[in-house]
Amino acid sequence: MSGDMPHPAARVVMNSGEISRALRRVAHEILERNKGPEGVVLMGIPSRGVPLARRLADSLSEIEDVTIPVGALDVTMHRDDLRRQPTRMIARTLVPSGGIDDKIVVLVDDVLYSGRTIRAALEALSDLGRPRAVQLAVLVDRGHRELPIRADFVGKNLPTATAERVHVRLSESDAEADEVRISGGDR
Amino acid sequence: MTGIVIKGARILGEHAADLVISDGVIQEISTSTLARTVTAGSRVIDADGLILLPGFVDLHTHLREPGREDTETIASGSAAAAAGGFTAVLAMANTNPVTDTAEAAERVFDLGRAAGLVDVQPIGAVSKGLDGAELAELGLMARSRAAVRVFSDDGRCVGDARLMRRALDYVKAFGGVISQHSQDSRLADSSACCHEGELSGRLGLPSWPGVAEDVIVARDVMLARHTGSRVHVAHVSTAGSVEVIRWAKSRGIAVTAEVTPHHLALGTELLVGYDPVYKVNPPLRPTEDQEAIREALADGTIDAVATDHAPHARHDKEHAFPDAAFGMLGLETALGIIVDLLVKPGLLTWADVADRMSIAPARIAGLTGHGRPIEVGAPANLVLVDPDASWTVDRDASRSRSRNNPWHGRTLHGAVHATLLRGACTAYRGQVAPAGGHLDLEALS
Amino acid sequence: MIGRHLLSSADLDRHDIETLLETAASMHDVQRRDVKKLPTLRGRTIINLFFEDSTRTRSSFEIAGKWMSADTINISAKGSSTSKGESLRDTVRTITAMSVDALVIRHSASGACHQAAQWVDASVINAGDGTHEHPTQALLDAYTLRHRLGNLEGKHVVIVGDLTHSRVFRSNVITLGTLGARVTVVAPPTLMPSGIGDWSRRDGFATRWELDDVLYGDDPPDALMMLRVQRERMSGGYFPTAREYTVGYGLTRDRLDRLYAVSPDLPILHPGPMNRGLEISAEAADATSSVILDQVSAGVAVRMAVLYHLLSGDPQQHSQGVSGQDLDRGAA
Repeated sequence: MSGDMPHPAARVVMNSGEISRALRRVAHEILERNKGPEGVVLMGIPSRGVPLARRLADSLSEIEDVTIPVGALDVTMHRDDLRRQPTRMIARTLVPSGGIDDKIVVLVDDVLYSGRTIRAALEALSDLGRPRAVQLAVLVDRGHRELPIRADFVGKNLPTATAERVHVRLSESDAEADEVRISGGDR
Repeated sequence: MTGIVIKGARILGEHAADLVISDGVIQEISTSTLARTVTAGSRVIDADGLILLPGFVDLHTHLREPGREDTETIASGSAAAAAGGFTAVLAMANTNPVTDTAEAAERVFDLGRAAGLVDVQPIGAVSKGLDGAELAELGLMARSRAAVRVFSDDGRCVGDARLMRRALDYVKAFGGVISQHSQDSRLADSSACCHEGELSGRLGLPSWPGVAEDVIVARDVMLARHTGSRVHVAHVSTAGSVEVIRWAKSRGIAVTAEVTPHHLALGTELLVGYDPVYKVNPPLRPTEDQEAIREALADGTIDAVATDHAPHARHDKEHAFPDAAFGMLGLETALGIIVDLLVKPGLLTWADVADRMSIAPARIAGLTGHGRPIEVGAPANLVLVDPDASWTVDRDASRSRSRNNPWHGRTLHGAVHATLLRGACTAYRGQVAPAGGHLDLEALS
Repeated sequence: MIGRHLLSSADLDRHDIETLLETAASMHDVQRRDVKKLPTLRGRTIINLFFEDSTRTRSSFEIAGKWMSADTINISAKGSSTSKGESLRDTVRTITAMSVDALVIRHSASGACHQAAQWVDASVINAGDGTHEHPTQALLDAYTLRHRLGNLEGKHVVIVGDLTHSRVFRSNVITLGTLGARVTVVAPPTLMPSGIGDWSRRDGFATRWELDDVLYGDDPPDALMMLRVQRERMSGGYFPTAREYTVGYGLTRDRLDRLYAVSPDLPILHPGPMNRGLEISAEAADATSSVILDQVSAGVAVRMAVLYHLLSGDPQQHSQGVSGQDLDRGAA
């Protein structure tokens, strides 16, 4: 779909430097909130939540000199909008070796929008075990929630119109420089 | 009764002439001026650009009555035949009960005469109940009012060589002929449903090979030679059969053969969609066989075109392919297929069409009133063909009671303009006369 | 592009197969969890319409549907409906009149699923039609083989047995060919489908009559699939005796020992049910490299993947040619 093509009218709202600064700040906030890295497990939501979770884990390791477990949580099978979109590919769910029971699971995603992905993620997570707490970290919160969900850690709050599209590009998944762009919504 | 005048028809596709018909007979043929004996009140058919042929004779029709009147009756099948340009059809014996007695044959004959649209000539069974074991009462059928001359267990093959030999011998006494459904039952088992070849292998359909036909044709021509009797090969479908028949004719053996429009025109590749409308026995064959039978019809090795018109109820066709009934409709479309496939490309002339669809089948069946030269004094069993008309087959418009029409949606060329049975108009420009009656041309024009 | 139905293995191109196998791998993970139930197909109705018994395939589809929360109903239509005067069309239309999303059909007649797909709005999945095809079996075989051998490109897979009557062979030769494997099929001439010469030339697989030449020749197999041979074929004159078949074409203990001397990890497949002692010896069936139980276990994952790809997604867009790969999850 057109999302992969740079939109002529797209404007950059976060560049590579801003993205890494935001992630470092989020890493600090995670440590602060949880009083250290003890029991923290990062679960990235495919596709772009996974590299973001890895970057956060790297930041946490730099700060605290510990290895933070990172996993991937595919939520496709739990979505409630499967009939409204083309068939989605299913990504692998990877549970870190220590499991998630009694851990503090931080879900990591690129953009928080309607909240439906996170609802599906909470459900998917409950099939895997029973964490002590679940928190949510996102790179961008663009608003327009349809469910009572909010992020615990936000890289950037980005007011948008519903007609606009937010594009996150990461070097790991997109073979492009890190960038967050907005397109559409203009006449 | 007043007569019919056909003006400007090209007889056998050649010179144009006017014909005067009355009392069921051709009274006058005039190539120059308007016929002088046109009387006031005669109906005139303007036949400018049309071709006049002797009415078609179908050696192989399934009319389903008695037994399956839900799928066809002698009346509905007769209507389909008249619409297709036929003036005589031979009704196969595999009804329920089987036409294996004089009484059964006379009943079919009488129902045909009552319908009055074509001459329905019953074919008698070779064996009692088509069971392939004992001869049916061939002689009584021959002596009956129906004067049966063609005998066949069609649908089944007379597999027993001894029974076939006896039948061939026996019918010599009254000039009969055995029409054989050539198919070795051991090579074509009961589950088989299509031609054996690469496609059946891919489709996983149980199948039987062309050689199942060839071996019976070969056996039967040798039996015909031995007995000095006549054998007719129904629905030839393989190159192997053609080879054997060609050889047999070169040796003077009394063998004749027919081919169906669907075997000429439709190939086994149609089975890829598993549509049972294409399930037929003999099965649709590959290109090599199709080419051989077309060539054989063109050069006269195969004598006649026959439809093997086989009506079936929808619910007998809408099964899984292997479970569905064999057979397809053919009476109304035969001419169009032959024109498109053989006349337009120049493989058959109009005189050849007259031969393959009327003269030869009438001769094989011993029908003296049909397939006659178009001349003064001959019975007026005629068909007027519009060679350039094109029409699209609509199965729902069929006069048949059934809808298993493989030609549905095809555009054909060559349409029946009018059919005349003993001078009475049984079909005219798409209209068919009611059973027992004829069309009033005045009202239609 | 995965369409609305899965009728033949030829419906799937290489990309489709890889998509389905990747999805199956995710489903396989789910299978290993304590909680296996996914809400994915909640509210969807799947009917397993079996005109022919098959406990294995039917229960595999049933579990696949249930683990994705679909309402799965089994209907046994065994005993030819032809004898009851009801046509196949009547049967499938009556059943799908009850708002059914998918119809999983097993039928003893080749082509029955193709015909059914013409008559109904539901997705039709071929769970084995006569001696024609069994596409989900070929997918689970490919899944099992990829697990053992990795990419199948150029791998040599040998299929031995009653090819004429095997839907497993027909689907496998297509799917393995699509994945780039080299396939050799081995059978006595009487158990090879008619016209296989032209067919194999066109589709690029090899046909052989001598098993030992294939097993111990210059091009040894990377995997060996033994097909079931029904004893009743003997009465059809396809081969003289079971003993003669086993000597010629069975995976006997002697053949296994000789194979293992060279390649002890050779995957041995069998679609089941096995005729131990006829086409496969007990030693071969239970050999360390046998993947026969892996095949069964992969069956559920593969069928979940098929149901997922046929039943999720916008039904309108299925026909408009939009596939999952086009979805840009970065745009939100």
